Amino acid sequence: MSAIIEVSGLSKMYRLGSIGSGSLRDSFSRWFGRNGRKPSGPTTPAIPGSRSGGDPNTFWALRDASFDVQPGEVVGLIGRNGAGKSTLLKLLSRITEPTHGRAILRGRVASLLEVGTGFHPDLTGRENIFLNGAILGMKRVEIAHKFDEIVEFAEIGPFLDTPVKRYSSGMYVRLAFAVAAHLEPEILVIDEVLAVGDVAFQKKCLGKMHDVATLGRTVLFVSHNMAAIQTLCSRAVMLEDGRITGVGPTAQVLAKYLQSGGEDSDAWRRDPAAPSAPLQFDGAKMRIEGNPPNQRLHLELKMSTNAPHRPGFLSIDILNALGASIMQAMPTVSPFIADDAREHTIKVAIDLPPLIPGHYPITIWAGSHFTETLDMVERALGFDIDTSPTPDRTFSHAPDHGYIVPASSYTYLPHTDRQTVPA
Amino acid sequence: MAELTTAPRQEIIIEPPRGWLQLDLRELWEYRDLLVLLVRRDWLARYQQTLLGPLWHLLHPVLTTIIFVVIFARVAKLPTGGVPAPLFYLSGLLAWNYFSQNITTASGTFLNNQHLFSKVWFPRVVVPMAAVASNLAALVLQLIPFAGFALYFMIVGADFTPSWRLVFLPFAALHVALVSLGVGLWMAASTAKYRDLMHLNQFVVQLWMFATPIIYPLSQVPVKWAWLEWLNPMAIPIESFRWCLLGLGTLSTEMVAVSCLYTVALLFTGLVAFQKAARSAVDVV
Repeated sequence: MSAIIEVSGLSKMYRLGSIGSGSLRDSFSRWFGRNGRKPSGPTTPAIPGSRSGGDPNTFWALRDASFDVQPGEVVGLIGRNGAGKSTLLKLLSRITEPTHGRAILRGRVASLLEVGTGFHPDLTGRENIFLNGAILGMKRVEIAHKFDEIVEFAEIGPFLDTPVKRYSSGMYVRLAFAVAAHLEPEILVIDEVLAVGDVAFQKKCLGKMHDVATLGRTVLFVSHNMAAIQTLCSRAVMLEDGRITGVGPTAQVLAKYLQSGGEDSDAWRRDPAAPSAPLQFDGAKMRIEGNPPNQRLHLELKMSTNAPHRPGFLSIDILNALGASIMQAMPTVSPFIADDAREHTIKVAIDLPPLIPGHYPITIWAGSHFTETLDMVERALGFDIDTSPTPDRTFSHAPDHGYIVPASSYTYLPHTDRQTVPA
Repeated sequence: MAELTTAPRQEIIIEPPRGWLQLDLRELWEYRDLLVLLVRRDWLARYQQTLLGPLWHLLHPVLTTIIFVVIFARVAKLPTGGVPAPLFYLSGLLAWNYFSQNITTASGTFLNNQHLFSKVWFPRVVVPMAAVASNLAALVLQLIPFAGFALYFMIVGADFTPSWRLVFLPFAALHVALVSLGVGLWMAASTAKYRDLMHLNQFVVQLWMFATPIIYPLSQVPVKWAWLEWLNPMAIPIESFRWCLLGLGTLSTEMVAVSCLYTVALLFTGLVAFQKAARSAVDVV
């Protein structure tokens, strides 16, 4: 049987002079941000040199990517932010065109890089199902045929004829995913869309994707959720700095990935090949103690001193699933991390506020001033909160109302004497 | 769960662009439902929370016609080719408004759909085509007030009778649609790269209107300026639109033939420019 996806030597180069596109900015902001915040000096890594390919005005977002996918396979794409996953997905979705190489897709492709693309806020749920379906490449008869299934999956029954601008974010995402989930293409290309929505719905989406896979369709899936990759994917492709550095059975590639520093899990170790800094993180471990809402995060950080540096201290950022920092812990500095020892072990305890269910990556930072960064590892670790901090809460939390649920109570004083109530 | 459609497997080859026109007509046909739904979206979304809804379409040309009658016919005393001034202006305006709306909407294709285009692929040319189709529906609606005016002038016994040429109206409208699609594709391609052309385009459209026989009949164009009308790709479509509605005007077979050639050339080159812009727009917009 011939491969359903054949990628050979696929490369994409951007000219940095023409930056201005949102997507480009997104992809590289981390890259620039990191470069800007690192101290300069011969010991710190400069811009990953290979990606400019000699010419400082060009950037290879993807270089010489080659791999095959057999029909019915579910393949996970893993890699840190900016490794080229999004570029690869955009190329395979035909949103942008390659600079070199080619890819052959043998079958109908549906790509889902975002949920709800093309939804019109003024139109009703019903109208948006048709519009969104057509944008994703469905015919009207197909949509009509699937209509009831979509509505049922999205659980929006009574609001079918309400404009979607009045939907809660949860309903919006549910509807959007429902349309996409019923596309039934031969090849489904799917980006991290499961980062949105509540845990219950995420599970439902994963279940649906699993169904799609068992029906013999081919799925290409990007996620930072390693558990999802592990359960869904039979094979994985690992990307680093725009190049494919691992293809094979999921367990094997995932092991390699976690060893290289991984995305975020409960343990992180520095890649031994990475250049060293005067004071650097070598490894980190974490565990969570307690149950919501009373949880404490324990971090154990291994650091080493490789060159003289000023007394250092730490900060720990807790991010939301989209990568934005939602809080920063800065333990009291005493004593400082001094350069008179070669190696350091630091144990940090953070009392977590009551967090809504979701995934929370952790970025660790060490510096000597608030403005001088000695080392920073973005998304070194990460944890999941599975249950609501409010006991017995039955309805889901929406991130657009914030991530922290402060403990609250109220006192109810019913006035049974009606005369005290103004008419 | 429904089974997989057993349509012949299509093969999509993704590789660096080559050649100067890449347009898969079969693929475009596959997305015909999207065109219909985009037109529907346009109409549904446009009249959400408006007082008069689609009535604005009827009112707009009528109001402009009244202004034109006052300024150009009463004050400036420009000839209207022997038909009542309101009918003369309205017929020209309907075709011109259709044209100018088409190119305005089409020229914003890449700028207004930036987000959509960066997340999902479909033949981009569906978007300007949908704009032209959506505005065509408005044009059909606008024939109602025209019919009202025509009826009024027939009843009061003015110098107007509808002619058999009315049957050619769909062709004249199609001609306007194709010219505007061609111009719109060009403008979309140019504004994708240089955003400020959007402002220039608006100015060009305004100027263009006065270079086109809208407020004056083609027959009034002085001989020494006639070549200008030969160059203007909108002159003949407007004149033929009016010829169908009012049954008068200066039209010759060679004029129409030349205009059709223009249209084909505009459409073809516009398509080449548009497809070229569509390939790189996501990376540069």
